[in-house]
Amino acid sequence: MIIGVLKEARTGERRVSATPQAVTQLIDLGYEVVVDPGAGVEASFPDSAYVASGASIGNGPAADIVLGVNPPSRPQLERFRPGATLIGILNPALDADLVADLATRPITALAMDAVPRISRAQSMDVLSSMGSVAGYRAVLEAGHQFGRFFTGQVTAAGKVPPTKVLVVGAGVAGLAAIGTARSLGAIVRATDPRPEVAEQVESLGGKYIAIESPEVEVSATGYAKEMGDDYKEREARLYAAQCQDVDIIITTALIPGRAAPRLIDAAMVASMRSGSVIVDMAAANGGNVEGTVPGDVVRTDNGVILIGYTDLAGRMPAQASQLYGTNVVNLIKLLTPAADGRLVLDHTDVVQRSITVVRDGELTWPPPPVHVSAAPTAPASPASGPAADAQVEVSANRRPVPPVRRAALTGALGVAFFVVAALSPSALLGHLTVFALAIVVGFYVIGKVHHALHTPLMSVTNAISGIIVVGALLQIGHRGHPAVTAVSCVAILLASINVFGGFAVTQRMLGMFQRS
Amino acid sequence: MTVDTAAQAAYILAALFFILALAGLSRHETAKAGNGYGMLGMGVAILATVVVAIDRQIDGTGLVLLVAAMVVGAAIGIHRARVVEMTGMPELIALLHSFVGLAAVLVGWNGFLAVEGDAAGGEARRLDALGTLGIHHAEVFAGVFIGAVTVTGSVVAFLKLSARIKSAPLMLPAKNLLNLGALGAFAILTAWFVADPQPWLLVVVTILALLLGWHLVASIGGGDMPVVVSMLNSYSGWAAAASGFLLENDLLIITGALVGSSGAYLSYIMCKAMNRSFISVIAGGFGIESSAGGDQEYGEHREINPEQVAELLADAESVIIAPGYGMAVAQAQHGVAQLTRRLRDRGVNVRFGIHPVAGRLPGHMNVLLAEANVPYDIVLELDEINGDFHETSVVLVIGANDTVNPSAAEDPSSPIAGMPVLEVWNASDVIVFKRSMAAGYAGVQNPLFFHDNAAMLFGDAKERVDDILAALG
Repeated sequence: MIIGVLKEARTGERRVSATPQAVTQLIDLGYEVVVDPGAGVEASFPDSAYVASGASIGNGPAADIVLGVNPPSRPQLERFRPGATLIGILNPALDADLVADLATRPITALAMDAVPRISRAQSMDVLSSMGSVAGYRAVLEAGHQFGRFFTGQVTAAGKVPPTKVLVVGAGVAGLAAIGTARSLGAIVRATDPRPEVAEQVESLGGKYIAIESPEVEVSATGYAKEMGDDYKEREARLYAAQCQDVDIIITTALIPGRAAPRLIDAAMVASMRSGSVIVDMAAANGGNVEGTVPGDVVRTDNGVILIGYTDLAGRMPAQASQLYGTNVVNLIKLLTPAADGRLVLDHTDVVQRSITVVRDGELTWPPPPVHVSAAPTAPASPASGPAADAQVEVSANRRPVPPVRRAALTGALGVAFFVVAALSPSALLGHLTVFALAIVVGFYVIGKVHHALHTPLMSVTNAISGIIVVGALLQIGHRGHPAVTAVSCVAILLASINVFGGFAVTQRMLGMFQRS
Repeated sequence: MTVDTAAQAAYILAALFFILALAGLSRHETAKAGNGYGMLGMGVAILATVVVAIDRQIDGTGLVLLVAAMVVGAAIGIHRARVVEMTGMPELIALLHSFVGLAAVLVGWNGFLAVEGDAAGGEARRLDALGTLGIHHAEVFAGVFIGAVTVTGSVVAFLKLSARIKSAPLMLPAKNLLNLGALGAFAILTAWFVADPQPWLLVVVTILALLLGWHLVASIGGGDMPVVVSMLNSYSGWAAAASGFLLENDLLIITGALVGSSGAYLSYIMCKAMNRSFISVIAGGFGIESSAGGDQEYGEHREINPEQVAELLADAESVIIAPGYGMAVAQAQHGVAQLTRRLRDRGVNVRFGIHPVAGRLPGHMNVLLAEANVPYDIVLELDEINGDFHETSVVLVIGANDTVNPSAAEDPSSPIAGMPVLEVWNASDVIVFKRSMAAGYAGVQNPLFFHDNAAMLFGDAKERVDDILAALG
């Protein structure tokens, strides 16, 4: 199949959906690649570099699989062939018009930004990769507008106080901002409604400021959720106090599928020192800060600079394109299980199901929810641990026996056993009791046997089943039955081999197991 | 306190010791103590039984024969245990199972000779008075039947494991009907025997059971042997329990039931690990049903030499070794252990990934690695390690095939579809040690060998490992 790389239609967009390096990997997966003329120029990848990687320059939108960063423009979409697959950041949760438009076309649309936050899918998570680029850039943009050093210095020309930075929201972008500001020497504080991120904030050298409230809790989706009134009040008090103290604020608070929460109002902004800078990374979704203008820089009356750029990741086009391209390659790897250049969409896979917005002209959005728990005990990784991943897969695989059938089966067995026991003479009943209980004990006693001990366990049970020697011992040597004695003798011999051999060999094996 | 009550008390103690033994064997820390409890329980039981036998006025020849048989048996058993190669462990255990089965058959026949064969004797009259003579007939029959199935089943397993016969599954037409027919015949013969205990009926059922045991195991392929061995272990327990009913001995019943149910549970664990139906295992012949589509084109495999492998390993950050039966056959575990030590000294994180059915016995690989002094805490099982492959630099697949076959996960038409496998292909590089390009036990071609990141190292595993060690310098 042919993969087309679009020249981004959105004005000001400098990223490209595949770098020459990504093209090489796509060709290794068995695809042919066609790149729109000049697609990567803004990200410093000239057409010649694509050609050198094995791509041809031509008509991107007409390919079987079309890669973009942003949704394609109307004219680009018109050039799609029926049955084509579009892969890009489609923002399906907020952009209902686009989803409706895509659903009218005989194509398949996959939203890179809808990848669920499970460990397995981290290599395709563009929100994470773009977030980290944007977080880095946000600090640089702030520094660009801010008139002073980040780091504190004592020089011959006088003492310079260190800059104080407040990062609101410790997601991927927030963490990247914390790390960047910290490495420039600033004092960094961070807030986040999820207390479990405190450790991650501190691991990057920031100070976590908790918003004391009974409402804080672990999020089930790995994202923050909207909070209640009491919490908001406490939060507002905290921000009001911080605004008077810090020099730079970077807000990253986003709730998926919703408008960004308004965290900092005009009064708080007015209380800041002149020359302070606020970067509102949520500007595109309505903004966390009152007064920001999406895509622009404004200066308030008291001299506070509000940065509302919506293309922070796009302002580092080479870096962002490289990460985005790798995300896309990883997704295509997943969709090309045979590495034969044929795209296969498997909706039993939770990742592939989650990203599909339209499948062959049929609307499949929104997908069923995927739960990942980023529990507080999880190690300091930005998203969930492998345990959460496993949970998702286990629940998908397990096919429980219907309870009715199980109950019927248990009942039938119970009745059968009851009939047998009730019909047997009383002399047998005692033995049956012992027998039934011993079966249950045997079942439970080895319930949690360690895998490595299967062989020793087996050889010891084998030795124990040599207990049959007791039977033979009781039969030997009774007068009048020479045949019985002879047979018992053989039985004792065989069982003894078992008993002694079994225990000896177990002993030998266990002696070998050792810890490092 | 009479001798009989003392013996009963001793039996209860012995039974408790056996329970402690099994419980102890579930964990590394308590395993040795568990084995100790087992021996203690067995000692108590045998001592008590000998005292009872003397109390019942065993004759002189009987006592001499008893002691002689036990001493000879102990000598043979301990000698075998001392000299057995760890790679030969599966065969030994299978053979030992057949002894228990045979002993159960003999005890059953003895029961017949002492009671049914001597209708006017005291024992027969006592049982008749209790009203359990009919039950006794049935017990004799059942004991002999289960014992005999265990005997031939274990013998076939032994022969297959020691490669004395071909391990490919025997495919008789209508094999399920044969098995069911044998069970039906057993039921009818039991009823007949209860009504009229004739010796020829017992002969017939013995032969029938021997044939059934043979057929059950013969129709299972060599690759599924771990489940079979553990199932036979369970059968030998049920045989002991049946003898217990026959002799009205609770210790035998308890112990037999313990071994029987724990063995069955162990098989169940393994069936789950292989995604097989438990019922079809006990029914026998759950081996291969369809021949693999061998016509498919897989592309070219890539060869590598030991020097290149040594280079890869020297630069690796983490290495996972996935061993299989081939490592046991080539006796390569010592070389592998040495390689592990060498790499760990260099700071490489080396671990082992063990598939539940690797080898020919549950836990076979663990025993071999333990023999070669590989610490058990770096030997991990499937679930523990499967998530780590994508962060691993090099995977060495040593003599494993079906347990690392990606078609189990990817190809629903594959005979091994749905079986959990070690996902070695997620690592950066996979080196497969193999004698040739032949298919594994399940007869399925392995697409792993044709993966881009996989390379084949042909030859005897032991020699190749030694070559790598030499190249590492």
